[in-house]
Amino acid sequence: MNFAPDTSIDIASAVNRATAPSAEPKLKVEKLNFYYGDNHALKNINFTIPEKRVTAMIGPSGCGKSTLLRVFNRMYQLYPGQRAEGKIHFDGGDLLSKNLDSTVIRSRIGMVFQKPTPFPMSIYDNIAFGVKLHESLSKSQMDERVEWCLRKAAIWEETKDRLHTSALGMSGGQQQRLCIARTIAVRPEVILLDEPTSALDPISTSKIEDLIDELKQEFTIVIVTHNMQQAARCADITSFFYLGELIEVGPSNEIFTNPREARTRDYITGRFG
Amino acid sequence: MAASISGTEADTALLAAHKPTGRISDPIFVGLLWASGIFVLVLLGLIIAMLFEGGLPALREFGISFLWSTTWNPVTERFGAGVMVFGTVASAVIAVIVALPLSFGIAFFLTEIAPGPFRRPIGVAIQLLAAVPSIIYGMWGFFIVVPLIAAYVQPPLIEWLGPIPLLGALFQGPPLGAGMLTAGLILALMILPFITAMFVEVLESVPPMLKESAYGVGATSYEVYRNVSVPYGRTAMVGAVMLGLGRALGETMAVTFVIGNATRMSASLFAPGATIASTIANEFPEASIGSLKLQSLLQLGFILFVISFIVLALSRLLVRSKLKG
Repeated sequence: MNFAPDTSIDIASAVNRATAPSAEPKLKVEKLNFYYGDNHALKNINFTIPEKRVTAMIGPSGCGKSTLLRVFNRMYQLYPGQRAEGKIHFDGGDLLSKNLDSTVIRSRIGMVFQKPTPFPMSIYDNIAFGVKLHESLSKSQMDERVEWCLRKAAIWEETKDRLHTSALGMSGGQQQRLCIARTIAVRPEVILLDEPTSALDPISTSKIEDLIDELKQEFTIVIVTHNMQQAARCADITSFFYLGELIEVGPSNEIFTNPREARTRDYITGRFG
Repeated sequence: MAASISGTEADTALLAAHKPTGRISDPIFVGLLWASGIFVLVLLGLIIAMLFEGGLPALREFGISFLWSTTWNPVTERFGAGVMVFGTVASAVIAVIVALPLSFGIAFFLTEIAPGPFRRPIGVAIQLLAAVPSIIYGMWGFFIVVPLIAAYVQPPLIEWLGPIPLLGALFQGPPLGAGMLTAGLILALMILPFITAMFVEVLESVPPMLKESAYGVGATSYEVYRNVSVPYGRTAMVGAVMLGLGRALGETMAVTFVIGNATRMSASLFAPGATIASTIANEFPEASIGSLKLQSLLQLGFILFVISFIVLALSRLLVRSKLKG
């Protein structure tokens, strides 16, 4: 009786997911190899991330999914000894090309981390910080931008009266939504989420999952998760990584109900991982 | 009931079976720990009492104006702490002003910019700088730095900045080399390693993920340093600076070599001056027991103690208020 609406939502999202692969490609990974020193962490990855869809990357720890995420915004370049070979097509260029400026790439491809990482400043400044790096806005424009992205991140109501207090005083779930707001604030095209709910309680987790569903209207989202239910709930496309290789990728409902590869099936049914 | 009795009996049997080794040695151990804890308090109290008591006659003789009086005349036996207090604070402040930006730069370079092979030698060099005894800094300062400053730093500064009103007052007088500025510079070198080492520790404790999130919104390494790493560690950094200041306030040998040891007040950074510590070091051997001079020197020591205490208390206060904010 009460279950009826849920079923209809499931059908709707299943239909949505089925149409997912037809979206425009946003990021196209071509023959990507990645090394931590001598450790060959990603092996010949070919992978397309569609625009304005949620793409999940799952797999056991150390399978390379987070590494791939960190290649997308060139975070690996901060550390000597880490290098990537291959191509990632993005907006007509190659993400890995030396000619592109890392700071510009990171403003177009934003990232949210495993744990909330608010900067040691006020809620308002946490958001204004990133915006100021790339745009010069007037005070009123900045106010608008802050409100806009806090609304997008579904945290405006909770923060509007305390914008100028320290962000460190918020709860973990609020901090993580603030971090999402901060990422949205610079108006990126792609948002990378690295296990965004692994440090959060179930209620905060479900808020963030709802948020992800909202955000894909405007942004391309790539999410790394250890939680397979989360991937099944949120993602249009799911990809399975194992030992640095991309084993299988497809619409989430297919991956979770009818995987082609035995290793994928073993992982999602919990036989290893 | 029966069960509890048998339980007690079992306990007694157990106690009898094992020799109670801790019964005597443990109270002794605990007593020793108490003694060492209280020893610190007693020692501190005795030092304060000795300094205060020893200096009290000077305070009686000259009144409270001893604190700011700028007379220091052993011939007429008129003494005042003003010149030395000023010299102590001024040289320490110059030292911090010079050392702070350098420490920021070195610490940032070491933690963020320097490629792997460079980090160790520079890190070790900084630790070695901290290990150089202050008498070495003093000699080096006297024989090398003082002539260099007299020849190459002071003449152009006097020429360029001297004529400017107000600011020019800081750059007056003959280029002697020895003086307040030189003392401050040597002190800066001495506190630099301490401040830098603590800054490096603070910067290394900034969570990588926090830095990555700043890089993640497109910040450059300077912006990450300026807006994330430094604010994150600012409490500890304030503490580091205060510790450096405390060390500069009390430093004796190196300062005695290069400050010029003149007990006259002067606004010029180039004029010779004196700090509390350098004055005590210089004049203690000439002060006979029970003389007003000795009492004045002891009183100076007490004032230095109070200044250091205030700096320490301020740093604690700052750290605490920043933590709350």
